[in-house]
Amino acid sequence: MYDRKKLAGIAARRKKWHDEELAPGLRKSQPRLDRFSTVSDEEIDILYTPDPLSNFEYEEDLGYPGQYPYTRGVQPTMYRGRLWTMRQFAGFGSAEDTNARFKFLLSQGQTGLSTAFHFPTLMGYDSDSPRARGEVGMCGVAVDSLKDMEILFDGIPLDKVTTSMTINGPAAMIFAMYLAVAEKQGVPFHKVGGTIQNDILKEYIAQHSWIFPPEPSMRIITDILAYCADNVPRWNTISISGYHIREAGSTAVQELAFTIADGIAYVQAGIDAGIPVDKFAPRLSYFFNAHMDFFEEIAKYRAARRMWARIMRERFHAKDENSWKLRFHTQTAGCTLTAQQPMNNVVRVALQALSGVLGGTQSLHTNSMDETMALPTEQAVTVALRTQQIIAEESGVANTIDPLGGSFFVEQLTNVMEEKAMEYIRKIDEMGGMVAAIKQGYPQREVADAAFHFQRLVDAGKKRIVGLNAYRSEEGTPIPLLKIDDRVEKRQVARTKEVRRMRDAKKARACLSALKEGSLAPDVNLMPLLVDAAREYVTLGEMCDTLRETMGVYTDPAMF
Amino acid sequence: MATAKGKSVAAPPKKAARKIRVLVGKPGLDGHDRGAKIIARALRDAGVEVIYTGLHQTPEMIVSAAAQEDVDGIGLSILSGAHNYLFPRILQLLREKKMGDVVLFGGGIIPDDDIPKLLKKGVDRVFTPGTPIQQIVDYVNERIRPRK
Repeated sequence: MYDRKKLAGIAARRKKWHDEELAPGLRKSQPRLDRFSTVSDEEIDILYTPDPLSNFEYEEDLGYPGQYPYTRGVQPTMYRGRLWTMRQFAGFGSAEDTNARFKFLLSQGQTGLSTAFHFPTLMGYDSDSPRARGEVGMCGVAVDSLKDMEILFDGIPLDKVTTSMTINGPAAMIFAMYLAVAEKQGVPFHKVGGTIQNDILKEYIAQHSWIFPPEPSMRIITDILAYCADNVPRWNTISISGYHIREAGSTAVQELAFTIADGIAYVQAGIDAGIPVDKFAPRLSYFFNAHMDFFEEIAKYRAARRMWARIMRERFHAKDENSWKLRFHTQTAGCTLTAQQPMNNVVRVALQALSGVLGGTQSLHTNSMDETMALPTEQAVTVALRTQQIIAEESGVANTIDPLGGSFFVEQLTNVMEEKAMEYIRKIDEMGGMVAAIKQGYPQREVADAAFHFQRLVDAGKKRIVGLNAYRSEEGTPIPLLKIDDRVEKRQVARTKEVRRMRDAKKARACLSALKEGSLAPDVNLMPLLVDAAREYVTLGEMCDTLRETMGVYTDPAMF
Repeated sequence: MATAKGKSVAAPPKKAARKIRVLVGKPGLDGHDRGAKIIARALRDAGVEVIYTGLHQTPEMIVSAAAQEDVDGIGLSILSGAHNYLFPRILQLLREKKMGDVVLFGGGIIPDDDIPKLLKKGVDRVFTPGTPIQQIVDYVNERIRPRK
């Protein structure tokens, strides 16, 4: 795109500037650091000029919003048409507690729901399992059966509000319960919209809420892909997530690479299961972290869109434009928040959220200032939501699309992210794909190494964190924290026992034996069987135990 | 952290018959192992013999691993909010197994208000987010000695 002669001139004059102006300047005033690098330790130049972009072609590399390769955004209108969805992740205590928080958030201008389940649900145990002791309602909402889901979404019309659910190991079971609630509300399946995370591969890599080993887990996922293509066409079937990989300590490039490699594995699995790519790929979406390094994050989102578009078109030969579009949710980085001087977290979150918006996100969760210590209070979550609203309504950044497009720095960083991520993807391909790479412990090791490296940089003062290893003050925590009522466990256990007593025991048993048989027949789709079981108030733990028997369980290889 | 033995902190005492053995454990259902793995590596690099349990351990599994491996200390990482159940339960099981002299410490997302209660019940030390690794390594070297 650029005139090569002019670029050569720029390169020559840049060198002259470097030698005659910069070098003497740096001798006079020593650089603050030995090395300037991103939070992922990617080295950054002092100045970016157009000369390294000699191969840059505007229309091929960036194009127009809503057009291939979507570097600038997936919709032609972007935030002029509609702002991103403001979607705060919420869940604690009982279904009643969380239902009240949902209604509060909707009343404050939030536009979508996002459900956090407690750990027993995430791991496929009922609240009365011995494995659940001490954990009920602590880190999310307790859901054991359809009864809890009915209360959770009471008074929330499922044809109007879309819900995202962070659920992976037991995604199919919780989704089945959600559909059963919609049915009870009189909402037909084809009108139900929302998202299940359903990204089991990143569970093995980072988040670790798994139940079954990789192969049977992939079978459940392809069952969901096929079922939704036919029955729930507005449902986002997998939210392919880099968020947790990053939280576990990966670099930005690793987050991008491993997440896209997971996406490749799901698309391949769908195709191998005989589903035409354009029938399921448009409902795949992504979920990225918004970490502290502002430009690195923006470059990451832009690179992700371009990579996915090219992979879907060139590698998987998808024909539908919607299969090429990488739509994504963003959450600000929990791991960057500090327990020290927690009010500072409001500022961190604002910067991170801004990078998500400048990177063209479709929906956003902003963390609350108190989340290094507890689940957020209503006051803290309101500030977090208001942060998004201030970015949207006051800052002016939503007026134009991809305002940083064309920045010499951002374009070069976008290219670096893409090139380095593609190197990882080639390596994973050589290993036989992501499932094989996970079995070898490859992404797990890479992430653990990066986490350790970063911690060493922080401990050595080479990466500075305000309030932690710089600008410290001795005062304690000045903010109020949310306490979970410890009676939640007792009440929840009682409710689940009551559910088992009240249901039609014969029908419940029949559903479980059908599920068991279905799991042994690879060509049976498990989704309809799970929806039947949910309707009969079969509990999550019962469904998962049945499948544990036939599919086996996954345990942590415990590498460090 | 000043103690009478404070000066021999840097290296384990020479007369120790063997290295300090520490079990790094992840009780409960939360999957956050970033901290546990970093601590396990740092302790190993500092010459401690480290046994890492992996995720999703019950209190019984942790205590049984501690007995089998004959450890001198147990470090628990808990980010699920279940610390008020898990720490006391593990202490109770240790006492039942006559392993009450094993030093139990931990860290994670633990609100300040809960820490004094845990210490009173017998947890030796609770580290909060943002603690430099070296501080934990120093603590282990200073506080934990081979049990026999």
